[in-house]
This record gives sequence, C-alpha cells and structure tokens, in this order.
Amino acid sequence: MKKLVLCGVAALALAACGQSAPSGKSGANGNAVVLIDGSSTVYPISEALGEEFQKASGTRVTVGLSGTGGGFKKLCRGETDISGASRPIKAEEIELCKQNGVEYIELPVALDALAVVVNPENTFVDCLTPAELKTIWAPEAQGKIVTWNQVRASFPAEPIKLFGAGTDSGTFDYFTTAINGKEGASRGDYTATEDDNVTVTGVGGDKGSLGFLGLAYLTENVGKVRAVPIRQPGGSCVGPAVATARDASYQPLSRPLFYYVNKKYADERAHVRAFILFAFSPAESEKLVTEVGYVPLPTKAYSLAIGKFEARKTGSYFGGGSKIGVTMEELLSDAAE
Amino acid sequence: MADHPSEKRIVAKAKVQDLSFSILGIIVLFFAMAMLATLIGDLLADGLGRISKQFLTDFPSRRPSEAGILSAWVGTTLVMFVTALLAIPLGVGAGLYLEEYAPRNWLSDLIEINVSNLAGVPSIIYGLLALGFFVYGLGMGQTILVGGMVLALLILPIVIVATREAVRAVPSGLRESAYGIGCNRWQVVWQYVLPSARPGILTGAIVGLSRAIGETAPIITIGALTFIAFLPPSPIQASPPFVNADWLTSPFTVMPIQMFNWTSRPQAGFHENAAATGVLLLGMTLIMNGFAIYLRYRLRRGLRS
Repeated sequence: MKKLVLCGVAALALAACGQSAPSGKSGANGNAVVLIDGSSTVYPISEALGEEFQKASGTRVTVGLSGTGGGFKKLCRGETDISGASRPIKAEEIELCKQNGVEYIELPVALDALAVVVNPENTFVDCLTPAELKTIWAPEAQGKIVTWNQVRASFPAEPIKLFGAGTDSGTFDYFTTAINGKEGASRGDYTATEDDNVTVTGVGGDKGSLGFLGLAYLTENVGKVRAVPIRQPGGSCVGPAVATARDASYQPLSRPLFYYVNKKYADERAHVRAFILFAFSPAESEKLVTEVGYVPLPTKAYSLAIGKFEARKTGSYFGGGSKIGVTMEELLSDAAE
Repeated sequence: MADHPSEKRIVAKAKVQDLSFSILGIIVLFFAMAMLATLIGDLLADGLGRISKQFLTDFPSRRPSEAGILSAWVGTTLVMFVTALLAIPLGVGAGLYLEEYAPRNWLSDLIEINVSNLAGVPSIIYGLLALGFFVYGLGMGQTILVGGMVLALLILPIVIVATREAVRAVPSGLRESAYGIGCNRWQVVWQYVLPSARPGILTGAIVGLSRAIGETAPIITIGALTFIAFLPPSPIQASPPFVNADWLTSPFTVMPIQMFNWTSRPQAGFHENAAATGVLLLGMTLIMNGFAIYLRYRLRRGLRS
C-alpha cells in the first residue's frame, strides 16, 4: 500500500509539475482580485469586462456563477466586491445586508430584451398585445388556455405549447411582473428551464409553441425561432432588438441588468474602483456588452452611473420588488431609502 | 437413454431457452452499447475539432474560439489530487477497521447501514454540508482544499464499501496460516490481507475518483468560480523547501463547471467548447482507469511471485 500511495503521489506531482510551466501567463499584480459573482444572465458581461480589465490593468478578476439570489447572499456577507443581478434586490436580501452592515450601490450595467418567440412555421401570430400574453401566462390560464383561438378568435384552433424560464431565475420574476402584474404569478403547466437553449430547441421543434428568452438567444438562433413583436400603448408593433431596447421603445419586456457594488470595498479597494470606472466607460462597455449579445445602456446613462458611484449613493431604487418601465434617469438619479 | 422422446424434448427446450436468453442478452448489450456509442460519438463529433493546444493553454474568454480550459483542467487535477489523498487512506483505513477489527455488534451494523446509505445521498447534499461546515463554520473559504474535501466525503462510502468487499474476499486460509506461524493481527493485516485485497481496493478507489471528477453540483455549491484567468501558485518551487501549500487555499474552477456554463450560453461556439471539454473529461477518466488497470496487473503479478 505504501508503494501504491507513493506511486500515486509521484504521478500526481509529475502532473502538477507540468502545470507550473504556463503560470507565468497570469500577469500577477500582487494579490488584488476583483471578486464578482451572481446572476448567470449577467455572467457573460462580467466575463467580458473581467477579461479585458485583467488584460488592460493586470489586476485579476474572478467571476462566479451562483445565480442572482446566491450572489446577493455572498454580497451581503461581504464575500464579494460586486454582484451581478438580473432583477432588483428583494426585501429579504435588503434585510440580510442590513443585518451584516453591508451597504451597496445599485447600478444598471446593461439592458436585456426578453423576446417572445414562436416556431418559424407559425405564420398567423403577427403581433401580440401584453393583454394577450397575460391571457396565455396568467395563473388562471392553467389548464384552460390550451389552444391559440382562445387567445384571439382569429387564430386557428391549434394547441399551444409553452416554454419559459424556471421559477428561480430573475427572468421569470421580470416576465411575470411585466405581463401578469405580480412577481412570481404564472401558470405552472409549461416547460420551465433555467437554460434558454432548451426553450430554443422546444419552440423550434413544435409548430404551435410559444416561449420567452433573452435577446442573445434570439440573435444566435435566427431561423430556429421567430420573435413576435409586442403592441405598444401607441398602437405600433415593436420587435425585440438592440435599438428598440436601448431607446426603450420595446415595452414592457426591456429590462435592466444590475451590478450591486459593496460600498465599503469600493472605498477601501482601489482595484474595485478602477474596475467600476472601466465597466462604465462608454467605449469599452458599449463594445463588450454588444459583443456578448446584450444591449448597452443609453449613452447618457454611463456618466449618470459613474456619478452615482462616485457619490456612493447606496440602497435600492426598487424598494424590494420589480418595477416595469423604469427609465435610466430615474434609476440613476434617485437615491432611494 | 438419450433417444427417449421426453428427454429429447427437455434438452431441446433447454437449448431453446439458452439460445433465446443469449439472443436477448446480445440485444440488451447492443442497445446499451449503441446508446453509449451515440453519446460518445455525438460528443466527439461536436467537440473533437475544438481540441487543440490553444484550448488546453488558454483561459476562459467571452469569445468561444479564444476560450480555453487551462484554469479548469489545472483545477480539476489539483482537486482530484486532494480528493485522492484524503479519500483513499481514510476509506481504506475505515474499511479495514470495520472488516478486521470492529466487534460484530449493533453499533458496527448501524455504521455499516449508514455507510451504504451515504453512498446514495445526492451530491448536492454534500455540497450544502461543505458550504455550511467547511466554508462558513470553519471559515476555510472557497478553496481547492475544500473542493477536494467535499469530493473526498462524497466518494468515501464508495472506497469503504469497496475495501470491505475486497478484504472479505481474501481467503480465510491465508489469515489462518499467517496467525498459525505466529503473526499478530497487525502483521496479518499489513503483510497478508492488504496486499491480496489491493486490486479490489484500487478498483473501488478509481470508481470513486471517476465519479468525483465529473461532479458539478457540490463544487458549484461551495462557490467555485467560473471565470478565473490565473492559476493557483505552483506546488513546486525552485527554492527550498521546494514544495509549498499555497495552492490549497487558492480559488479555482473545474472542468464540469466550464461545461455547465458553456452549454447554457447562446453562441454555438460555446456548445462546441462544452463538447470538447466533455471529450477531455472522458479522456482523463479513461487515463485514470487505464492507470488503475495497469497497477492492478502489476500488483497481481507481484502477488503470484
């Protein structure tokens, strides 16, 4: 046995030896690390910002994938510098932060449009109103709204098959608030998934299906699914796109994605401040956010965000819930609490 | 007598039964193999083209074609090293004690039942335990050491059960002869029982490690990272004492986490990366198993001489 253990140790030590070679690449700059965690929706943005920030400054960045809720837990324990979130902080999370004496600065980091998608072979759905979407997705619809003609009389009597976000995701919270008027209120008889690729496959494979997903998944799957324009209060039909989300003409399914920055660490750690300034510099942010498939903030929002950060305005504008149709100015100028 | 009609019928019936069962067996085997081959074939078709030196030596990136798994495979290797170092000695020790030393009573029965049950506990439970106890309770943080510890806990029951089976299979004649020439219990266990049980123990250890290498849930639960573009400090250094343990407290990521992240991304390029990581993970498991088979072969040969 001794020989065996020794043998194993030797083999693994050899393997470890092999690894030490490329470590010069890591561009060490002391032990400063920007610690980011949180939403999987915001992850690609943090990854892109982290990658470029590390290249530009040499400061290390790590990004975790704990989900919005898991990220807030870590932020409120003081374990991370920044937490990505696909929904505003909830009341119980505000409470947790308060208990631990952690203050945070709420900043929108990018926008996302939730696209309502149908099968490309579905030619009869040209445009849907938020009210029709509510007919489909409301809790009362469960088991009752099962064919398209129940949504609008002119639609054929084909069965509807629904795909959507799982109840743990910020996407679900936002969609239910925007469409059903109450966070978390939704019918339960649909295919729920945390992975939008499943929705793409599902909607792409079933002619009568309908689902909702993030804009990046729509852009990458042109031809597999078709986005349905949403009728606006003015009567026009607007489809999900970078431009329509950015100028806020695509309502109510455009949503901000957030960074929550630990105020104490922003004060104490120069590399965290440097990262935030990098993340909200319009040139870098616009390029990187667009590249990963999200919608950059309106140009004027960057300076507002930097202003809010520099003034260290803490607290959440949303007071513990989701709100629909919040403008960037409101979000960034209002120092809530 | 064989020409008696009823005997002929019985023999014929038995032969038909034999034949039909072996046909059924072949169909089942074919089905299982076809499933596995489809799975591996699909993975290879998607991922093989992506495997290159660049993929192994680059850090994660937002661009699928520039992303690599350097931090992931280094993390996986180091975590598995810690896991093996903890789980094998502990598991073998516990198994030996239960089989050779422990008195047969209700307590050892209770332990036996619990160990078998632990082997079936979902891995996320181990992750939650580690998060609550190691990460927060003991304040050890989200480090390679904790990652290794949680996976070691996860596979401990497998190693213990395998050790017990292997020890039980050692012929009692061997023990009795050793006692007969005046060995004490320690000498019997160390010099006779353990060497002949080694191949079985090794198999158990490898089965356990092969399970651990693919685990995502407990590692994500304890808070392993996804994007990390630097490596842990090297365990081996040029100046004395030549080894350092700093890497144990380093943040890390592992290959299954990269796969998990990449499969849920919108870009098709990331899905290829995930498949390529899967192929490499399969390859690592295969190498581990191959190493075990080789060792077992060497050990068996050693036993005979």
